[in-house]
Amino acid sequence: MRSGIVSYGTYIPRYRITPKDIGRVWGQDGVMMGKSLNIRAKSVPAPDEDTITISVMAARRAMKRSNVEPSSIGAIFVGSESHPYAVKPTATIVSEAIGAAPDLTAADLEFACKAGTAGMQAALGLIEAPNEQIPIDYAMSIGADTSQGAPGNALEYSASAGGVAFLFGKKDVIASVDLTMSYTTDTPDFWRREGMKYPSHAERFTGKPAYFRHVQKAAEKVMNRMGMEPKDYDHATFHQPNGKFPLNIARKLGFTKDQISAGLWTPEIGNTYSGSMMIGLAGILDIARPGEKILAVSYGSGAGSDAFNLTVTDNILSFDLGRSITVKEEAKIGRYIDYSVYLKFREKIKMEGE
Amino acid sequence: MSVARFWRKQDQRYNLMGTECQVCGRKFFPNKSMCPVCHRKSIGKMNKYQFSGNGIVESYTVVHAGMPQYRSQVPYILAYILLEEGDHILGQIVDCDPEDVDIGKKVEMVFRKLGQEGRSGTIYYGYKFRTIL
Ligand SMILES: [Zn+2]
Repeated sequence: MRSGIVSYGTYIPRYRITPKDIGRVWGQDGVMMGKSLNIRAKSVPAPDEDTITISVMAARRAMKRSNVEPSSIGAIFVGSESHPYAVKPTATIVSEAIGAAPDLTAADLEFACKAGTAGMQAALGLIEAPNEQIPIDYAMSIGADTSQGAPGNALEYSASAGGVAFLFGKKDVIASVDLTMSYTTDTPDFWRREGMKYPSHAERFTGKPAYFRHVQKAAEKVMNRMGMEPKDYDHATFHQPNGKFPLNIARKLGFTKDQISAGLWTPEIGNTYSGSMMIGLAGILDIARPGEKILAVSYGSGAGSDAFNLTVTDNILSFDLGRSITVKEEAKIGRYIDYSVYLKFREKIKMEGE
Repeated sequence: MSVARFWRKQDQRYNLMGTECQVCGRKFFPNKSMCPVCHRKSIGKMNKYQFSGNGIVESYTVVHAGMPQYRSQVPYILAYILLEEGDHILGQIVDCDPEDVDIGKKVEMVFRKLGQEGRSGTIYYGYKFRTIL
């Protein structure tokens, strides 16, 4: 059998803020802003949460749903653009906190919002490699972020927090990865320099030449090679920088709203960056049936897209989904905070002695 | 706390690793090298045991003037928790307001930042708790 996803876990912080509350502070019409971005609320990490804690929570939930021994995991990758340390891997802390250390390889990956899906490809490669050369049976890739937009910037309405862990292997696969291909160019649409708290973006490059071009090219490459058309898929999910872009690219490629509904989460929780498309895929697996076909395409600024063609297997029927919370359930439980509490949580206030 | 001192207790802080007495089956957190009930009979029979992190609040207090590191979290809740496997543990309860906590409430373990050595030092991680919704 083809290798693929053996288990997965997601984590969305409990706090939420609405576009209305953000807009009120900046003299903007937050309700309109939320409507135009198709975002009703975004998740906000608690003051003691960061990419490491979110990654650990997602990884632990993935392990809860599987009977794989943590010590049999041979590789852990964490993709994020908000690793708490500039030097000191997130992946080592995750490895220790799920009991996978010390007999494994681990690394942090960076590629804007698609570092986690690059990790998915790396994990698959290690598993598919000849066992006498690379004796790895299970590998985990995590996509997690606690991203920030500068106060008052449009990004502040969407930048949220969350994470997803996918465990890959060859045994008890619930969704096989039939094909993965990528599309990558040097496009300066969005960046953050070392030491800067907030990112910058070039208006001219966001949208058409960046997100839409890369997602479309990667999606078409995979569909062409698989001999698949949009109507052949049961579900599709695309990177979701806001709630609008994925709807537009879906329409452009020929997917219906029904096909993308199970994997569309930014409208409820905001853009989780490295978690975005991976949460979409998790949301689909939460409701998937044997034999269903899934197309999943990430996007990372800078720029690139990774596309995956997956097939849900019969093992999904015996998969212990109930040992953890679904995306839908966790998206629903939110504790709403106002902008002042949000500022305190996100350390946007300069405190004495800092 | 020194980096090395924290590192030695990592298994305890990250994974609620305690000990189990093989003689009477009692579980302890943090770990004990000898069972306080079985005494000498338990020597060499104390095994590593990982607690699930599920428990109930036995008692709690609301901290309004905490350590400077926790100022973005005040008021915060410290609780004395009875773990489902037996022993007690002192831990912070997060993601809720003081009025949401009550004696007898069920809690689960979460993984959180405990503190950091200033802005350039290491960050400490470990267990905290939150109420089960
Ligand atoms: Zn004993």
